[in-house]
Amino acid sequence: MEFFRIKKDIPFMRHALTFNVISLVTFLLAVVFLFTKGLHLSVEFTGGTLIETHYQQAADLEKIRGALGKAGFTDYAVQNFGSSQDVMIRLPLKNDQNTNQIGESVMKSLEAEAPGAELRRVEFVGPQVGKELAENGAMALLLVVIGIVIYLAFRFEWRFSVSAIIANLHDVVIILGFFAFFQWEFSLSVLAAVLAVLGYSVNESVVVFDRVRETFKKVRGLTTPQVLDHAITSTISRTIITHGSTQLMVLSMLIFGGETLHYFAMALTIGICFGIYSSVLVASPLVMWLGVSREQFMVKPKVIEGANEDGAVV
Amino acid sequence: MNRYPLWKYITIALALLLGFIYTLPNFFGESPAVQLSSAKATIKVDDRARSRVEDALKTAGIAHDGLQLDNVGVKVRLKDTDTQLKAKDILEKTFNPDSADPQYVVALNLLAASPQWLTSLHALPMYLGLDLRGGVHFLLQVDMKGALTKKLDSTSADLRTVMRDKNIRHGGVNREGERIVVKFRDTETRDKARYAIGDSQPDLILAETGDSSEPKLVATLKPEALKKLGEFALKQNITTLHNRINELGVAEPVIQQQGQDRIVVQLPGVQDTAKAKDILGRTATLEIRMVDDSTGALEAALAGNPPFGTEVYTERGGQPLLVKKQVVLTGDRLTDAQPGFDNQTNEAAVHLTLDSAGARIFKDVTRENINKRMAILLIEKGKGEVVTAPVIRSEIGGGRVQISGRMSTMEANDTALLLRAGSLAAPMDIIEERTIGPSLGAENIKKGFHSTMWGFAAIAVFMILYYQMFGVVSVIALASNLLFLVAILSLLQATLTLPGIAAIALTLGMAIDANVLINERVREELRAGMPPQAAISEGYERAFGTILDSNITTLIAGLALLIFGSGPVRGFAVVHCLGILTSIFSSVFVSRGLINLIYGRQKKLTKVAIGQIWKPGNTTGNATVNGKK
Repeated sequence: MEFFRIKKDIPFMRHALTFNVISLVTFLLAVVFLFTKGLHLSVEFTGGTLIETHYQQAADLEKIRGALGKAGFTDYAVQNFGSSQDVMIRLPLKNDQNTNQIGESVMKSLEAEAPGAELRRVEFVGPQVGKELAENGAMALLLVVIGIVIYLAFRFEWRFSVSAIIANLHDVVIILGFFAFFQWEFSLSVLAAVLAVLGYSVNESVVVFDRVRETFKKVRGLTTPQVLDHAITSTISRTIITHGSTQLMVLSMLIFGGETLHYFAMALTIGICFGIYSSVLVASPLVMWLGVSREQFMVKPKVIEGANEDGAVV
Repeated sequence: MNRYPLWKYITIALALLLGFIYTLPNFFGESPAVQLSSAKATIKVDDRARSRVEDALKTAGIAHDGLQLDNVGVKVRLKDTDTQLKAKDILEKTFNPDSADPQYVVALNLLAASPQWLTSLHALPMYLGLDLRGGVHFLLQVDMKGALTKKLDSTSADLRTVMRDKNIRHGGVNREGERIVVKFRDTETRDKARYAIGDSQPDLILAETGDSSEPKLVATLKPEALKKLGEFALKQNITTLHNRINELGVAEPVIQQQGQDRIVVQLPGVQDTAKAKDILGRTATLEIRMVDDSTGALEAALAGNPPFGTEVYTERGGQPLLVKKQVVLTGDRLTDAQPGFDNQTNEAAVHLTLDSAGARIFKDVTRENINKRMAILLIEKGKGEVVTAPVIRSEIGGGRVQISGRMSTMEANDTALLLRAGSLAAPMDIIEERTIGPSLGAENIKKGFHSTMWGFAAIAVFMILYYQMFGVVSVIALASNLLFLVAILSLLQATLTLPGIAAIALTLGMAIDANVLINERVREELRAGMPPQAAISEGYERAFGTILDSNITTLIAGLALLIFGSGPVRGFAVVHCLGILTSIFSSVFVSRGLINLIYGRQKKLTKVAIGQIWKPGNTTGNATVNGKK
């Protein structure tokens, strides 16, 4: 079996401008959604209480809302979670409430109005923790970006590291854009998935860049776009097979992982799809625009210390 | 060229064997058990308790699958959950005859069912996180400001005492925020006071403010003292929490410091959060009272007729003791209790430190009651226990009290702990709570396991179809990666959570990348017309640099998560990082070893099973690929 029977190098770079425009539009759309709709942050980041209950029969959400209203709760959100029997109740942080007792008082009021609820999970996060988590998440993202830029600059060249990180940050923004548009819950595990994807799709760029360098060194007489085309063409089968395999695993999580892993797997899926696109069709044109050329990979003649302009050592 | 030296094969075989041994315990599951541990610091679970457990079970006719004594307590392994419950009831009755005053914690537990030889190799199953086994998680924040205020209040009282003792007149000692301000009439008095305070309170930084008409002395705590205060408050709160949680009968509670001022409490298997919170927030108090040793009084009290103003308590040894109802001192006045030795007799002793008000009261009481006994009681849940009842030999001033006499070092340690643990050093707030029901935990395990299994199966089928023999080798390498990863996690006794399982699955999905890279590279070399042996060797060699690069970038992301992640994210990050490391070993060395074993010995190798190699043929315009030849 061989999926990729490519006779010629595919002229990706001829369409570089088109790809970059598509990227820019998706990127801007994502930014617009992020600003207009915002992320639906989970309790972990906002602080508050989350209660998951399970009923033997389909739960009557109206009754549950009524019970909470009667008990004096405000701004609560009640929704089904996974199945009609599972109910998720979300309560925001309130300064005047005794946070320690929320879980118990909710269960008590449910018992009165909509009996038969089994408590499956309670999560309470205080305001200081939520703020810290958001800050730490941002720090982690920053650290990953800096780490990768430094590593790639050291291993390749600054043009590569800049293009790789722009391409992959563009993925991150697009993932966030999806979460904003669909108002999917952005939790800690989604953040972990986003960072994992960032590290993973940089791989992709690394593999292509590796080939670019190799081709520059080995083959003479090719223009920069031709080198890039060749590098992408010769790695494309590996790119698709690898991502396909990873996606098989992620798909399995999406199917069998249940609600807890759902958005985690979702973020990974979007990340993997856009990862292929961006590292191949965004990073490479960027490298080209930034002016990569053959000379940057040739071994420079050694300059002897202390030599004057004529090259004579005094 | 495709042969490994023997030592490399041996290394790989050894790694696989070790991986297998340390992964093995996870497959045996867990068997029900009952655990007996001490509920009080003064009671030790030792060999005697062990034989008592054995006898109790024998008389009740309950067969067990083994008894073990470790530093936690006695653990009895049982056949099924029915016998487990029965055994728990029997042990509860035997060890805690008075259910209102439990001496031991009898808790249901699960023990690894792996055979003895594995356990003796320290091959233990992974520890399951709360989201997989159900339970309660609390994050408590210690209010350090509260601890500081408490300390400054008692220091203010000390300053007043010091100045009164030295006959220094002052215009008032007040705590203003995080400092103490002392007012004086003139600067001379202030200088005298400064000298006296500096002598007796080495932890304070003193500064002079105010003009000569209203001189003031401002005292703040030294940074070292502040740090020590914080550490002490945290340590004491953890000790107190330990003692309280013992009562809940939790088999394996986790009580740990997190950061500078936080404590994590995890109670696996506990569902009643209300009770758990109640117990965590309760305060125990220490009381010092006088003992009524008048002849006949105790006998009368035991006969049900106690003299007015007294009540009967039981001493640690079991003897009854008649104690006056009037409280001399409460634990609020106790600032510290440390085990130590008597200076003269070298006997084990407990050193108590009282604050200045307590010291004054103690001095008066001891002066008036020489040769009488005083009782130190710990009151919890409205029930008291006499910790110790020493005889007063002389007047004790200065707030430093020593309890000694007929005490072993161990007992001194325990008593000090008990006295310290009576109350919380600083108030605490619950800032994070997570409760996971047991059914949800079991479901999470199932979901995580199924995701990994089906994902792995799908990848395996694809790889074998697409790359044939090389695919089989890649799948074996991937399986060995899983083996190494689980083995290392078990060896480290890491806590496995649902995000951790997700990380295992994701790492496997990403690790196959290395093998795809290698296989594609080998195919490419074959396509370019290289003989098979050379193609294998070139393919592996060339792919290695790329594999290293791509794994390092993934590792950077993993490390960032490890540093900044907390809770579930950290579990994910640990597994992810370890998985990247094991994947380099398995995808490169294990797979190469297998390929060498299969193809390396054939001198005239003309064909390898790596799937169809499609060659572009004589097509023109293929400059770049041809250019590589």
